Amino acid sequence: MKAQGNKVDYSQFPDAAGHFGRYGGRFVAETLMEALHELNAAWQNYRSDPEFLAELDADLSRYVGRPSPLYHAQRWSRKLGGAQIYLKREDLNHTGSHKINNTVGQGLLAARMGKTRLIAETGAGQHGVASATIAARLGMDCVVYMGTEDIRRQALNVYRMRLLGATVQPVDSGSRTLKDALNEALRDWVTNVDDTFYMIGTVAGPHPYPLMVREFQALIGRETREQMLADCGCLPDALVACVGGGSNAIGLFHPFLNDAEVAIYGVEAAGAGIDTGRHAATLCAGNPGVLHGNRTYLLNDEDGQIVETHSVSAGLDYPGVGPEHAWLKDIGRAQYVAVTDDEALRGFHDLTLTEGIIPALESSHALAYAAKLAPTLRSDQRIVINLSGRGDKDIYTVAALEGIQL
Amino acid sequence: MNRITRRFQDLRRAGRKALIPYITAGDPRPELTVPMLRALVDAGADILELGVPFSDPMADGPVIQKACERALAQGMSLRKVLELVGEFRQSDAETPLVLMGYLNPIERMGHAAFAAAAREAGVDGVLTVDLPPEEAAETVELLDKAGIAPIFLLAPTSSDQRIQHTARLARGYLYYVSLKGVTGSAALNVAEVAAKLEAIRARTELPVGVGFGIKDPPTAAAIAEVADAVVVGSTLVAKMAELADEPERMRREVAALLGAMRRAMDQVGAPAAVAD
Repeated sequence: MKAQGNKVDYSQFPDAAGHFGRYGGRFVAETLMEALHELNAAWQNYRSDPEFLAELDADLSRYVGRPSPLYHAQRWSRKLGGAQIYLKREDLNHTGSHKINNTVGQGLLAARMGKTRLIAETGAGQHGVASATIAARLGMDCVVYMGTEDIRRQALNVYRMRLLGATVQPVDSGSRTLKDALNEALRDWVTNVDDTFYMIGTVAGPHPYPLMVREFQALIGRETREQMLADCGCLPDALVACVGGGSNAIGLFHPFLNDAEVAIYGVEAAGAGIDTGRHAATLCAGNPGVLHGNRTYLLNDEDGQIVETHSVSAGLDYPGVGPEHAWLKDIGRAQYVAVTDDEALRGFHDLTLTEGIIPALESSHALAYAAKLAPTLRSDQRIVINLSGRGDKDIYTVAALEGIQL
Repeated sequence: MNRITRRFQDLRRAGRKALIPYITAGDPRPELTVPMLRALVDAGADILELGVPFSDPMADGPVIQKACERALAQGMSLRKVLELVGEFRQSDAETPLVLMGYLNPIERMGHAAFAAAAREAGVDGVLTVDLPPEEAAETVELLDKAGIAPIFLLAPTSSDQRIQHTARLARGYLYYVSLKGVTGSAALNVAEVAAKLEAIRARTELPVGVGFGIKDPPTAAAIAEVADAVVVGSTLVAKMAELADEPERMRREVAALLGAMRRAMDQVGAPAAVAD
């Protein structure tokens, strides 16, 4: 960590206009500005409203199933031969990932704002499922934008969304993945701004989304902190989480940012390898730029055109990243690394075979990096990995990669 | 004086409204862009808006998205767009030209380098769709120094306070987005546009152009009655796509479309709301 790092109070960011240092902000067409002001005003009002927070807490415990356990993976720790590995079990949440934490919150906000229609973008389909779930529960219409390439990769989640009553709107422009779904959702919002609430699924987009989604996800880190203190009376030595847009990672990291002794690792998707150009390692290999309403690191060519990304995991297949991560990278508070598809698949199998937990391919990236980190630490040190989602949705992908027809 | 300001002064003196066609640079093919711009001027364009293609045009409907994809597939880039502007300027030193696009290509080139290169090429205004006034201070300063007008959007949802703030930063003209939606959306409501323009005019002396959703001569004429400029894009771009394989016919028919709008606008009586 850099010398001045200790003096930063991370809870004071972003500023009132959504800036994390030079990153973040609000870079959208004028047609969306008032909608963002309306959203920000509502959010600022309810984020400290006792009634709203009580309802949110009740939903999180009775509907989502929180708090999620912090599980000491003893067998895998022994096998790796180093630090003790703890898994924050977001995979056990209702709908199978951390995404529901955010959609429960945004759903309550949408209802209080009098909106009757929810729209969302999705990559792997986890945020789409979490959005469709909340829409069903609130009795709202729901349209989920999803790239046709992702629809092909995630047929199971597409069907789940349809069962939940959502319309899955295929997006056939650009690279036909998450970024294009986000473009299309923004176009919908601009057109239907009066009755529509746009649920962004990650800590990216224009202010207040990176802040709001962080606040809805930060309970991951707050719970982890309490659970760790209860379990061993200490803070973890290191945190590891996968980073696509970065919401599960920020959720775990944020409550620990002011604890300088806790090392923080965000793990990006190196795909076929960063040097092949077929990857989604935005922070490791990108440059600062502006996309989807915020200034952040991007994967783009020398003309500033956004390039296509690749990852075995649809949820990490995104050429941008949340602006807070961009800032944490630049000031050195967090380290960002990348693991390949093959490494992630090894992490997937290792955890499944050793602990009886099938992880999402996204989370498998964090597992793969932790497997490298653990042997470099002592056996009395502790690593917390955010197990952000369960792997049921990825069974077909893994089977196909191994030449197995299900 | 910037060519845009001079052009609006001339038009006001003549009691006419500005017609501003938009095409995407490099679409359908890079070598057709400059001849198309010339044909548009001949057909009655007062100011040209040239789209800088971007991989993720979030404020655009399908017609301009596809135009961007076609142009990028042929290697169009911000640098090449500036080369096309330079080529256009060799035969036309009078018609104001505005670049319209998204921020990231400019970020990647660097704001100062872009302002210098745009000035050198002969660009008169820059409309960056995803750069709202709040984030634009540095860019505006650089463009101002280069004598290039930063042009900003206003929307049906823009509050009076935002209109005032935006008008303070803007030069050249303000671009009023006539409906809630993306480029090329459904028909606009002329009465609603007129009401909002009144609110805008109360807060600025700048000319106000209206775009998004103007598809035919009657709408162009109706908007010309209440606005200082009519911007037309998707209709022209769709026609260009349809006739991409017949460049001569494409130029002729797109020019004819624009010409029909020009005539319809010019039949509208002397402008009622001219400020000077």
